[in-house]
Amino acid sequence: MSTGRKTVKRRKFLKIGLAASASGLLISCGRTGGGPHWRFFTEEEARTVDAICEQIIPADDFPGASQAGVVNFIDLQLTRHYKKHRAAYRKGVANVEAVSRETFGKRFTELEPQQQIEVLTTIEEKDPAFFALIRNHTMQGYYGDPRHGGNREWVSWKMLALASPPVRGRARLDKESRVS
Amino acid sequence: MALKHVNAVVVGSGAGGGVVAKELATAGLSVVLLERGKSYSAADCRKDDLRNQRTTVLGNAFGPDDERNPRVLVDEKGRERIVLASEGGYSNNAACVGGGTFSYGAMAWRFMEQDFRMKSIYGAVEGSTLEDWPITYFDLEPYYEKAEWEMGVSGDDSGNPFKAPRRKPLPMPPLPPNREFEILEPAAKRLGLHPFHIPMLRNSVPYNGRGACMRCRWCVGFACEVDARTGTHNSVIPMALATGNCELRTECMVSEVMVDDHGRARGVVYFDENDRRQEQTADLIIICCGAIESARLLLNSKSKLFPNGLGNRYDWVGRNLQGHTYSGAVGLFDFDTYDDVGPGAQIAICDYNHGNPGLVGGAMLANEFIRLPYHVVNYAPAYVPSWGLAHKEWMRNAFKRTIVVIGPTQEIPIFDARVQVDPKVKDHWGIPVARLSGGKHPHTMEIAHAMTQKAEAWLKEAGARRTWRRQPSPGLSGGQHQAGTCRMGNDPKTSVVDKYCRIHDVDNVYVVDGGVHVTNGGFNPVLTILAIAYYASDNLIKTWKNTKGRV
Repeated sequence: MSTGRKTVKRRKFLKIGLAASASGLLISCGRTGGGPHWRFFTEEEARTVDAICEQIIPADDFPGASQAGVVNFIDLQLTRHYKKHRAAYRKGVANVEAVSRETFGKRFTELEPQQQIEVLTTIEEKDPAFFALIRNHTMQGYYGDPRHGGNREWVSWKMLALASPPVRGRARLDKESRVS
Repeated sequence: MALKHVNAVVVGSGAGGGVVAKELATAGLSVVLLERGKSYSAADCRKDDLRNQRTTVLGNAFGPDDERNPRVLVDEKGRERIVLASEGGYSNNAACVGGGTFSYGAMAWRFMEQDFRMKSIYGAVEGSTLEDWPITYFDLEPYYEKAEWEMGVSGDDSGNPFKAPRRKPLPMPPLPPNREFEILEPAAKRLGLHPFHIPMLRNSVPYNGRGACMRCRWCVGFACEVDARTGTHNSVIPMALATGNCELRTECMVSEVMVDDHGRARGVVYFDENDRRQEQTADLIIICCGAIESARLLLNSKSKLFPNGLGNRYDWVGRNLQGHTYSGAVGLFDFDTYDDVGPGAQIAICDYNHGNPGLVGGAMLANEFIRLPYHVVNYAPAYVPSWGLAHKEWMRNAFKRTIVVIGPTQEIPIFDARVQVDPKVKDHWGIPVARLSGGKHPHTMEIAHAMTQKAEAWLKEAGARRTWRRQPSPGLSGGQHQAGTCRMGNDPKTSVVDKYCRIHDVDNVYVVDGGVHVTNGGFNPVLTILAIAYYASDNLIKTWKNTKGRV
């Protein structure tokens, strides 16, 4: 990745950050901020996935999936090892929106947390394959190594009071696959 | 240009192949060691908790790769599907120099005397091909010792009254106890059990020119970044190469054993790193690809004389596929039990391997290896929701307050748990892939359930506030502990190789890996595979010398 491209992204990131705070929305910024930068998701999908993940691992005294950048992990992996799951996400996310509108007449991201949980409980029952997929990917993005795009600043490892990055032995991270 | 003829071609550089290559090369035979994977080193420890050999959600770190190596899995209901190498059900073992020994946990168990005589001790089991081995523990004892001292094993089993007799103690002391050891040891003693330090192919002190374990979190599934864990890649294979008689060729995928019109094997066909077809002729062919791939290679070696594959005259190749049914329990404590000191697994008992009323065998039980956060996600008991705030809170509260006790239940072999070659699906090189089918004997599940109760009782005695069982899977076993597919026996009608690992049909083809195990013990099998490799090599070399090379 060239420095030039990074700079552009940083500028856009700032703009979007401003826009987001101006409109009172709290969105996951991912690698480069929410917006037209997602590798696979549309902006709307990314917001929905972010909200789903945040219910799977919500913020409490410790950051939740959103702050940990889990949507960035999923989006990145959908261009790598999880390419095979692209269709499942496209369909699965649309289905979450459909259930949300059917039940509450609103987009998933516009629902109250309790309503979101209700929708996801329905999805868990009616579309168990997609629910298991996104649930497992959320756990991976939250508890797994930051090099894959999630667990920003090792938030989950800090929550578990584990040394991070590893202190015993040489801390050799794989620079090639590391996501900045 | 034809490749230079050699005395022996060894296919696969894991536990079996590494030892055989070293022994034959040391005895003066010219050897070519073919490995389908790449060569890795300590520098390849990438500490990637989502992509290693134990957690493969983002792929296998040390092979095989998903792109080129599919298999077909047939489930209990007869539905078949293609599985990729990093997916569940594939029964993967690493494909690299060192094979499974490159990234394993390295428990170094000797099987018990009883494990070689299961049918004599327990009698026939309906629906099972349970049988005695054609050799006993005492045939292997000197070779267990050789593996322990030549490769290096640490631990202390002097506190295990159930172990088979040994002439020499282990060459290295155990690593100092971790917190789980200190919690579990007095509890086991209160229950009248006999806990001791697990033997490990891991340096606790400098040995063989390599340093001691630094006790990090990144052990089983990863490369050892200080080279303290021993595999064939950093012990016998370098010794083989140092003789000047052995050539190691990596990224070479063997497709078949060539047989002449007189029924003697001429050598092997393989595809090199550039996918070019090569023929390597040899006087001896030793197949060491692991139980699944060795069976696949034999079945794919069809010829006029052997239309159903080599060694398969009586349809035994690929049969009796088994691994271990892992069974155990999790305990949740009111205090911190986890000290983040690797390798984690430290304490074991063999009280339940045999002598369980009404059960044919049992399992060794030990505390689990060190954990990474994603491992624990699915540890949660049924009363904890699998997502949401409650799950997150559970992770936070339980991560350092749980102990897992688990063990490899010895499986009751069945004829229909098997490896075949698929009639349609081929791999990257056009070779028919392994097709896995069958399940488990119901008694295997009974034993496994009994073992979960033993594990639970131990954890309760140790002070666990709550315990819950890890339910064993009823599906087909294989995985890293894959065994049984090229059974060793005296009767050619009910086995594939003789007691020296030579296939009954052909004078100069041997199988040396877990495939020859008649039964697989209630233990991690690597030390037994190593011992068999030393034992089979000894006989190979004697035969070679007696016949002056005309096997």
